[in-house]
Amino acid sequence: MTKRYGSILALDRVDLQINRGEFFGLLGPNGAGKTTLISIIAGLVRATTGRVSIMGHDVVADYRAARLSLGVVPQELAFDPFFTVRETLEFQSGYFGLSNNGAWIDEVLANLGLISRADTNMRALSGGMKRRVLVAQALVHKPPVIVLDEPTAGVDVELRQTLWAFIRRLNREGHTIVLTTHYLEEAQALCQRIAMLRAGAVIALDTTRALLAHIAGVQMTLRVRGTVPPSVLAHRIDERDGALVLRLAQPEDVGRVLAECQAAGCQIDDLEVGRADLEDVFLQLMAERLESERIPALATA
Amino acid sequence: MTLPHGRLNEGSLPLGGTARSVKGASARASAAVSFRTLLMKEMLRFWKVSFQTIAAPVLTAVLYLLVFGHVLEEHVQALPGVSYTAFLIPGLVMMSVLQNAFANSSSSLIQSKIMGSLIFILLPPFSHWQLYGAYVTASVVRGLVVGLGVFLITVWFAPPPFASPLWILAFGVLGAALLGTLGLIAGIWADKFDQLAAFQNFIVMPATFLSGVFYSVQGLPPFWKTVSHFNPFFYMIDGFRYGFFAQSDVNPWLSLGVLTLAFIVTAGIAVNLLSRGFKLRN
Repeated sequence: MTKRYGSILALDRVDLQINRGEFFGLLGPNGAGKTTLISIIAGLVRATTGRVSIMGHDVVADYRAARLSLGVVPQELAFDPFFTVRETLEFQSGYFGLSNNGAWIDEVLANLGLISRADTNMRALSGGMKRRVLVAQALVHKPPVIVLDEPTAGVDVELRQTLWAFIRRLNREGHTIVLTTHYLEEAQALCQRIAMLRAGAVIALDTTRALLAHIAGVQMTLRVRGTVPPSVLAHRIDERDGALVLRLAQPEDVGRVLAECQAAGCQIDDLEVGRADLEDVFLQLMAERLESERIPALATA
Repeated sequence: MTLPHGRLNEGSLPLGGTARSVKGASARASAAVSFRTLLMKEMLRFWKVSFQTIAAPVLTAVLYLLVFGHVLEEHVQALPGVSYTAFLIPGLVMMSVLQNAFANSSSSLIQSKIMGSLIFILLPPFSHWQLYGAYVTASVVRGLVVGLGVFLITVWFAPPPFASPLWILAFGVLGAALLGTLGLIAGIWADKFDQLAAFQNFIVMPATFLSGVFYSVQGLPPFWKTVSHFNPFFYMIDGFRYGFFAQSDVNPWLSLGVLTLAFIVTAGIAVNLLSRGFKLRN
């Protein structure tokens, strides 16, 4: 699908299939189009061209069945100041046509640590608690597909752990989860497949394992004093807080790099060796994309 | 990934017990429950702040009656055989009904837009008819509750007769529905409180005050009398008052016709805006 806002192309021919029961990640920098994509899925925004279906139901033509299948945790902390937590959930359940849903509402409240706040007015809750209620609202009609748009942005560790334990359980029980997050370690730990967006286009779509394999070898972070020899600098991929980030083809190269540094008279202050993580993959893919965009631009300049 | 369009779709993974119960939850979803819940929420919303939404407008109307009734009682005879205070009561009741019906739907929408909580209404599977019905019905209820409150207090000052209660009911309900619909349109259109206040203060308020609440248009100069006949609020007040005194400036059937036509037109606009997601869904 494509989405335009005037001359701005927010989504550029995005073509995705998310399988039932999958834990799917949607990653990208700010402004990549993640929230626009989620908004189209949720029926909050209409695609300029193309269409989206949920469990076989078109989100526009068959919106009722599509929306019944979907629960969305929005990014913005929104709440209705007139009501308590329980009233908020009871109303949300009713909006989806469900009455006598108290047992499930209690279960959601308990799983999100909200039982003690059930009769508290929404205005009196902290930001983290309001975020929990947003999650509860998305789950209150037991949707088979759950979309979480930055659900852990600005919340404490306890909520993250509580939330992910509950979401993992729902995923194990068959719910499809679509997650956007800025915490790439969360995506790496949770998602089976990941799509990376940049400037409205999908630039990578694969299993998390395959994406991690995209960066072969070993990553070495080295903090040194002295003149680093060119043979070591040839492996440099990044520099973070004054430390060199090197990519080495195989673990055996670690010893060789250290020996070369010592031979050049460098003093090694700190050293870290590990496999590439999703953040490295993300940064590399973004950099590759930027480079591929720059080359044609230079050619036409 | 070469599918023709984006899909959150059926895959090969088996579904567990909860997923089956999930299907059950969707299957038992009822459109009637959806509508009823939204209506209840809209009514509870104004009830929870009833000092502001019910008591305050009742007090304002009573103050109007005390001030205007006291000052003009001896000087104005709006309808033959009817004291000015008695004449004023139905007008004040209807004015309160109309203003509060407008305030309910418009303030609910603009508040939820600005607070961001409108998303909780946009995500569920409401049809545009359900949205329209719930918002306008809640507005009618609030308008009638405030109107009843004004009547129950003011009636002690000069009890008017009930010549034709059916006319009272018809104009009360239809007038509230029309203003509830106008409030819905204003709430959809406005992006900030300032725009809504402009709609309320520059359109609804003057049209209500210049509709014959405080006077009979028969006493106006010919030009203003003619102008009044282009104000739909005039027909609402006049028809409502006819229900009490069996006297009116124009035939109540004409008033009912104008009111019905205005309601059909505004309801058509509101439902169209909702179905297109105007300013609600990008």
